[in-house]
Amino acid sequence: MQAFAYASPSSLNEAVGLLDAQWGRTAILAGGTDLLSLMKDDGDDSMRLVNIKKIAELARVREENGGYQVGALVTFDQFLTHRALPKRFPALAMAAEGVSSPQIRNMGTLGGDLLQRPRCWYYRGGYGLLAMNNGKSLVPGGDNRYHAIFGNEGPAYFVSPSSLAPALVALGAKVTLHGASGQREIPVEELFVIPKADGEREHSIRPNEILTEISIPAGAQEWRNATYEVREKMALDWPLATASVALKMDGGTIREARVVLGHAAPTPWRSRVAEQALEGKSLDESAATAAGEAATQGAKPLSDNGYKVQLVRVAVKRALLQAKEVA
Amino acid sequence: MEYNWPAPDKRELIGKRISKIDAPWKSSGRVKYTYDVNLPGMLYGRMALSPYAHAKIVKIDTAEAEKMPGVKGVQVIFAEGTEVLWAGQEIVALAAETEEQAEEAADKIHIEYQRLDYNVDDKGLDKLSSQYTKQLSERTTGNPNTGFREAEVTSEGRYGASVITHCCLESHGSTMQWQGDSLKYYASTQYVSGVGNEVGEATKTPASKIEVICPVMGGGFGSKFAADTWGVACAQLAKKTGRPVKMMLERDHELMAAGARPSMYANVKVGAKRDGTLVAWDSQSWGTGGPAASGAPPLPYIWQFPNSRVKHTAVLANIGPERAWRAPNHPQMCVLTMCAVDDLAAKLNMDPYDLFMKNIAIAGRTSERFNPPKIYADELAKAAELFEWKKKWHPRGQSGAGPVKTGVGLSMHTWGGAPNQSNCMVTIRPDGSAEVAMGTQDVGVGARTVVGIVLADTLGLPLEAVTVNIGDSKYPPAGASGGSTTTGGVSSSVRYAAVKAANELFAKVAPSLGAQPDQLEAWGGTIRVIGNPSKSIPWKQACAKLGGTPITAAGRTYRPLTSAGVGGVQMAQVSVDTETGVVRIDKMVAVQDCGMVIDAKTAESQVYGALIMGVTYSLYEEKLMDQQTGQCLNPNMEFYKLAGIGDVGDLVVHMMTGPGYDDRGVIGLGEPPVISPGAAISNAVANAIGVRVPYIPITPQRVLAALGKGGMA
Repeated sequence: MQAFAYASPSSLNEAVGLLDAQWGRTAILAGGTDLLSLMKDDGDDSMRLVNIKKIAELARVREENGGYQVGALVTFDQFLTHRALPKRFPALAMAAEGVSSPQIRNMGTLGGDLLQRPRCWYYRGGYGLLAMNNGKSLVPGGDNRYHAIFGNEGPAYFVSPSSLAPALVALGAKVTLHGASGQREIPVEELFVIPKADGEREHSIRPNEILTEISIPAGAQEWRNATYEVREKMALDWPLATASVALKMDGGTIREARVVLGHAAPTPWRSRVAEQALEGKSLDESAATAAGEAATQGAKPLSDNGYKVQLVRVAVKRALLQAKEVA
Repeated sequence: MEYNWPAPDKRELIGKRISKIDAPWKSSGRVKYTYDVNLPGMLYGRMALSPYAHAKIVKIDTAEAEKMPGVKGVQVIFAEGTEVLWAGQEIVALAAETEEQAEEAADKIHIEYQRLDYNVDDKGLDKLSSQYTKQLSERTTGNPNTGFREAEVTSEGRYGASVITHCCLESHGSTMQWQGDSLKYYASTQYVSGVGNEVGEATKTPASKIEVICPVMGGGFGSKFAADTWGVACAQLAKKTGRPVKMMLERDHELMAAGARPSMYANVKVGAKRDGTLVAWDSQSWGTGGPAASGAPPLPYIWQFPNSRVKHTAVLANIGPERAWRAPNHPQMCVLTMCAVDDLAAKLNMDPYDLFMKNIAIAGRTSERFNPPKIYADELAKAAELFEWKKKWHPRGQSGAGPVKTGVGLSMHTWGGAPNQSNCMVTIRPDGSAEVAMGTQDVGVGARTVVGIVLADTLGLPLEAVTVNIGDSKYPPAGASGGSTTTGGVSSSVRYAAVKAANELFAKVAPSLGAQPDQLEAWGGTIRVIGNPSKSIPWKQACAKLGGTPITAAGRTYRPLTSAGVGGVQMAQVSVDTETGVVRIDKMVAVQDCGMVIDAKTAESQVYGALIMGVTYSLYEEKLMDQQTGQCLNPNMEFYKLAGIGDVGDLVVHMMTGPGYDDRGVIGLGEPPVISPGAAISNAVANAIGVRVPYIPITPQRVLAALGKGGMA
């Protein structure tokens, strides 16, 4: 870790003004659960830290025309104890409950969950986001048990670590990004990108933008939704694979489906094959099993992570069966 | 004189459930761990580590680091020309005013290396070049060929236990403070009386001028006997700078370089008669203890097969140094043996409980005071009762419908636990205060409490009335706490000294009670005549008769009060999700013998702790190395996975006590209960899913691979 400047603005515009237009020079501090460990491990050497926790408007939850505007600074705990949100969106609650530990849920923010950096051990070990060593990624020939089975044509092989993103994508949520020239709203799905070259990031947010709000659209609560995480340990652990699903029902029939995989690709990974397999079917064990099978189509496991294909198959099936149970 | 343990009806404290006397100090932060020692003017030490698994140091340039703000001293640990043998090996240390300055400056130490060939793989024996393997001599007993010819059923399998680390909660390190030519050495150590020697040699300081201080310790498990390079460098930096220096390892360094438990893998063949009688063993094992070749493990474990052939290949790997890990070699040998025998039982369609009982006569080696067949038979029966084994066991694979399968497994283990050599000094003062001084250490297991219990019970006093001074090398020297040797050493030593001191007091008091000294006993805060409690004198008044001179009595380990050789049996019940490969521990029962128990509560705590540690290494822990870079992939608490409270299941502990146990005297307990979990859990998983997962930790990836659902072995 090296010396850095610290700013603690109280307004959004002031905060945006403190951010550099290039990556790596400034960093935004919210819960800090990822950033501080990155800084200590020399994974982030920003010259200035901009603390946004004093910007009160970023910590609010508003209900608007049946939809919800959730501030980026809302913590997992605040989300889980909110009177309406966890009940309306079990897919989000199930994902939030799975987050690591009470301490992380107490400090960690929803915005931070979306923007945290990947956990790839080559990246965290100092080989950069693309795990490059002598011009070649270390992942295909290394220990890739936790790496991607989809979207892994290279050079990116890491998995998106976000717990909430798959559920938010399934619910059709959007995020608001606030920059110097105003704000823009994009679907959560578009916040995540697969970097193609050194220096590119896994998020489409610009270095001088702040993620301010997550919008869950009106009508999303009409969709049956759930998340299933395959976890090796009960606490202080990352899931091995997850699936979030949202289903628009027409009586007993699935009219429209969204199936999104987590910890399976460098981004939250939407499985359109699984979605198609569900549409027009009734929500039952056989449809869930077929969708799980369909979700594995196109998987390209690396040398050590073939087992994750099986985990995706099960996660999708179980998420769907859970969605059947939720009211 | 009579030093025996008091008769059972004369034990007010010994054998009872007593909380650790230092627990309130620990929970309130009143007692300082080495990590918490902060001295005025103290500097912080940091080290530059080798990023390479094997390299020669060509050039060391510390000029830039020396000029960094706050830097007060630099110490080269390994000179130019030295070969480093693992990534994370420390090359240069420095001390600076703040932790941050030290860290930043350490990054400015420039070391040029010549990279050399390395190996960090220990599993793929067939793929390794011969420079990394060393075949050790074959050992046979009986006639293995005849044995297998006579066998009516044989079973073959592969089993193994991966490299893990000690992962001490308090990392390795020390704070060093020179006062003139004397050194105060605050150490996180398992050897208060001896750890100073290494530092003394390096700094040319006589041992008498080094005081090692370690009142409480945050875990060592066999990895904290030595001062290590960082301890020596810390003392040198403190000397150079004239300031106290604190240098504790960072978590990544701790996991990379502060010790690894050797791996052990094997292809095993076992043969038996159709009735389950074990007749032959053949194993070809391999494993790594780091860059140096370690010896051959004495396989098979416990079972004295009449015929056996054992071959072992040592794998040389640049993974970090091998260090004793709680019950060195035993957990690995236990997995190799008990899993192979369990597979044989499955092939015979026998309940492994019955197979164990059938062969109980060849379980362990009997000695004068240790009769393992009897102990194991008692313990198997007790464990089966607590676990409801006969109700829960089912033939392999018959685990019902549904994706989650339940299974049970058992294992047994042994350990020595003879006492270390511990000296002490007991003092009884005229004001009635009583104390013991001893250069031993409490590595977190309750040694301080055990010492206090023995002293208080011998003097007929409540535990609060005695003072226990340990954890400082100024006290009479005591042995290292390793190999489950401490409780036997310290308890017998204190008993010996306290009996001597009490007898001296009796001699002073006897005339006033109109009795002979040998007719007196210390009981309930009085000195009284045996058989005539009305003739007594309160403790304080008795001590007042000493006049101006306290009684002092020296003690040393008194072997007749101790013994060696223990047995233990463990049973595990697991639920395995056959769709995800995730294993959950439902229940574990541990039945453990350790001779006479001094403190039932701390003894049970030892076993609980061992079970938790055992669950952790059975399901989660593995030091993962990358062959491309030679580096450790998981030197952190994120991917070096440890069990949390939700992962350990329902733990049941039963200590064997009473006739046949108490009368063997005190035997060490630290190691034994951590040996069986790997085998018991692996056997339970096999019972649940119908196939063997060869290696521990039993990860979802390995379970799915064993079930043919993708992944690697």
